[in-house]
Amino acid sequence: MDFRGRDVISIKELSKDEIKGILSFAKKMVPYAKGERQTRVLEDRVLSVLFFEPSTRTRLSFESAMTRLGGRFIGFADPGGTSQKKGESLADTIRMADAYSDAIVLRHPQEGAARLSAEFASHPVINAGDGAGQHPTQTLLDLFTIVSEKKKIEGQNIVLLGDLKYGRTVHSLAYALAFFGANLSFVSPESLRMPKEVVGECKEFGVEPVSTSHLDKAIKEADVLYVTRIQKERFPDPEEYNKVMGSYRITLDLLKNGKEDLIVMHPLPRVMEIDPEVDATPHAKYFTQAFNGVPVRMALLALIFGRKTL
Amino acid sequence: MKELKITPIKEGTVIDHITAGNAVKVLHILKIPETTTSVVSVVINVPSKIGRKDIVKIENRELDPKELNKIALIAPKATINIIRDYEVVKKTKVQLPREVVGILKCPNPTCISNAREPIESRFYVISDDPPRIRCYYCEREPEDVVDRIV
Repeated sequence: MDFRGRDVISIKELSKDEIKGILSFAKKMVPYAKGERQTRVLEDRVLSVLFFEPSTRTRLSFESAMTRLGGRFIGFADPGGTSQKKGESLADTIRMADAYSDAIVLRHPQEGAARLSAEFASHPVINAGDGAGQHPTQTLLDLFTIVSEKKKIEGQNIVLLGDLKYGRTVHSLAYALAFFGANLSFVSPESLRMPKEVVGECKEFGVEPVSTSHLDKAIKEADVLYVTRIQKERFPDPEEYNKVMGSYRITLDLLKNGKEDLIVMHPLPRVMEIDPEVDATPHAKYFTQAFNGVPVRMALLALIFGRKTL
Repeated sequence: MKELKITPIKEGTVIDHITAGNAVKVLHILKIPETTTSVVSVVINVPSKIGRKDIVKIENRELDPKELNKIALIAPKATINIIRDYEVVKKTKVQLPREVVGILKCPNPTCISNAREPIESRFYVISDDPPRIRCYYCEREPEDVVDRIV
């Protein structure tokens, strides 16, 4: 697989072989990501990490990934101190970062920002989330977590729970899981159902997702429960929000109805969706999932710079 | 010509086989009457072999390819007849290109194509008839294509 110089804008642009190649390389990265082994494979490379909106895990894990590979990074976590405040276009900011570094990681509040950046940059651009649009590296680390825990994606019963309408991560993830042949259940309140286009994409891969409001039934057969945050502001009525939050909260009691080897994932940050009591159980994989962002992003960075050996 | 109920034109363009009821939208797209002082005839609900259709005749004006693309978005079966000295010198069917650039505005307010950036809007055509398009930037699929034409 030659991934050198590639932009990573949307998960839909990656083939099955490419995704498998990235995940397989990410597995080799784990001891390096933990600091158990060292490499300087990217010591001659500089990465721009441009975050136009807040992020904890994505930004820190990209910075950690680049550092663990011996490379350096420049950038900002808040556009407040940049020329964007003076009205500079994103295109011009990207041209500058392109001149100062060898690749660009971008988080931006507007959909399509990464696509635009790739047009203006001569170096590779990695989309670290563009508004309500794509977040391909999150999808890759989610897939990596499922493969690490369950060996394969095909045939797994996977429940996506929470805000499926506005949640950025679940749209790309649903697509990717269907692409790999998982059985999907979408559990959400009626008003936050998975968009029709996403369901349609899943069907194109021969997957027939089940949409329901009832978690108690869906959880019984689940191998993976992927929980997302439901934002209070999506509900005009606070009573309705409280009701939904109550019915979708993951507790030890609820997990008793599930399989023994059920894993619970969450892109984090969580608020009330998962009871902290669950953290200590073997079901809880959300912190492992957050760590997995590092080896997956290390693999991606090494591959776009054409470095296949460590 | 009996069914046309209007006379042939000497020079200009006849847009035929417009989906019945869409002639007024075609005029809107072509910015008529603002862009022409010549005679423009519109016939609506003309009976034909394939059902009812609309026809627009514009005197003294030949349409350019960008305008033809716009028409294809709302009248995918339309034919364009270029008339010179009462004769049809060229007859073409409108055809949607794979991409339409700079003629539609993305309805998504947070799409980067609506920000002040040095780019033109860009849409992939994912189906011709009925026309379905997807924004190259934000990947949304606007339902109301006609209202998005700029």
